[in-house]
Amino acid sequence: MTLDTMPPRRPDRIIDGTDAPGPAAGPERRLTPQQRRPGRGLPSRSLVATLVLAAVTLMVVDRAGGDASPVDPVRRVVGEVLGPAEAAVDTVLGPVLDLTGALRTNDSLREEVAELEHRNTALEQQLAKAGYDDARLAELDGLRAMAGDTGYALLPARVIAVGSAQSFSNTVTIDAGATSGLHPDMTVVNDAGLVGRVTSVTAHTATVLLIVDRESTVGGRVGDNAELGFVHGRGAPGEDGTLDLELLDEAVQPRAGQTVLTWGSEGGSPYVAGVPIGRVTRVFESVRDTSYRAVLEPVVDFTALDLVGVVVPSGTEDRVIEADGSLRGASGEGSAR
Amino acid sequence: MRGPARLAVTMVAIVLALVAQVSVLPRMGWPDAGTGVVPGLVLLVVVATGLAQDTRFATLVGFFAGLLLDLAPPADHVAGRWALALGVVGYVVGRLSHDFQSGPGATGRRPGLGVALAAAAGGSFVGNSVFALTGVVLADPATEFGVLLGTVLMAVAMDTLAALLVVPAMFWVTGRVAAMGSTDAGRVTPRPPARRMVL
Repeated sequence: MTLDTMPPRRPDRIIDGTDAPGPAAGPERRLTPQQRRPGRGLPSRSLVATLVLAAVTLMVVDRAGGDASPVDPVRRVVGEVLGPAEAAVDTVLGPVLDLTGALRTNDSLREEVAELEHRNTALEQQLAKAGYDDARLAELDGLRAMAGDTGYALLPARVIAVGSAQSFSNTVTIDAGATSGLHPDMTVVNDAGLVGRVTSVTAHTATVLLIVDRESTVGGRVGDNAELGFVHGRGAPGEDGTLDLELLDEAVQPRAGQTVLTWGSEGGSPYVAGVPIGRVTRVFESVRDTSYRAVLEPVVDFTALDLVGVVVPSGTEDRVIEADGSLRGASGEGSAR
Repeated sequence: MRGPARLAVTMVAIVLALVAQVSVLPRMGWPDAGTGVVPGLVLLVVVATGLAQDTRFATLVGFFAGLLLDLAPPADHVAGRWALALGVVGYVVGRLSHDFQSGPGATGRRPGLGVALAAAAGGSFVGNSVFALTGVVLADPATEFGVLLGTVLMAVAMDTLAALLVVPAMFWVTGRVAAMGSTDAGRVTPRPPARRMVL
């Protein structure tokens, strides 16, 4: 072996000595021009330093830039290119991928059917006495229209990409963007309740920050006594994906089972009012702050997000579900609320 | 394999890995106990590059792959965090694997499956840790250490599993492309056949 390998080594050295961009030839060679023999093809120290500094600079610039970060235009360009690719892959592979989920959840679905049948009977009973509530609701709706606060028009969209938990943030991409009239700070809901808000848009996609994200804070109102508070995400989307509720009035004690709805921001941005967020499951008393902290179970199942609706101004030019439930526009994607 | 072919293959692999990571894997119904951790395919492509190519190339690939991961939707964290993490992964994996392979017993430049898995696990731990720690420094999402550690370990397990498939696939593809261009490569470097064939 030494006899076989030795002769080519000498020409190696001679040739490589004149061959300036040596590192590119790296992996093929057992022996290279690098002085440190084991580390052939090593990046030079200045290159490593440059890359690390570039990364750090980028972080600082993006962090310091805040909402008007100079990285945002770049982000948008990348999104314009990759968004359609993600949407295409999702459309093509979606039905196949859903199949695995269907197989996996078969057992739990059986249980769910049994439980739902049980609840259905209970609800049918309740429906019998719903006439009074209906009348009151119609009255309230009329009042709301009178006040100029027309309900919400929804733009249906599908979730086409989900950020992985390794990034420690809970975001999804939906397949509607600036061309459908979306812009950052719009409310996103699904048929159960509040999903999140739009943080950035490209022409055909938008990124949604879920309310379970650690960075998310939503103004919440306890449904039956109208107490105001703030709902914070805790960063876990799954079964332990809970939310924290802190009430403004520290003397009021939340009770398990109470529903919390959005309180609404000025102009409905980023959150419109009256969308269900979650249900109080546990209440902790903070002795130090003499206040209460409630744990909410979100009404939305964040691990199974698919069809969502973005709250848009009534009269937006696209496929839109208007407040009265009528569907306008080209493609009927089903009701989102 | 060298030059434009190598670059093109790596770029295509990274874009495919990125799209699969955000659009395909989350819907596969992994038994992830609802944590939302999916195999980091982009990271594994960088690890495979570090094992099969030279360190300089792997570091650059890691940096730009990370940059893409930072900017492509639905990323919403501070840009540059994955770029730093994956650049480090490319450098560390490339450096360590070449140190080992150039020992006296080394015969080929394709590492075995055991080495590939170890590299994937190590690279995944390093990459996810660097990402998590930059998050702590920047307070990007303010997260407790317990959660960080749990997610990082979960990600390492996922990545190691996925490496069984991804790393050999990358080796196979780069090998095929290298073979296709070998007539051309022979003109540029007449040296490799001389040594290998006699052996």
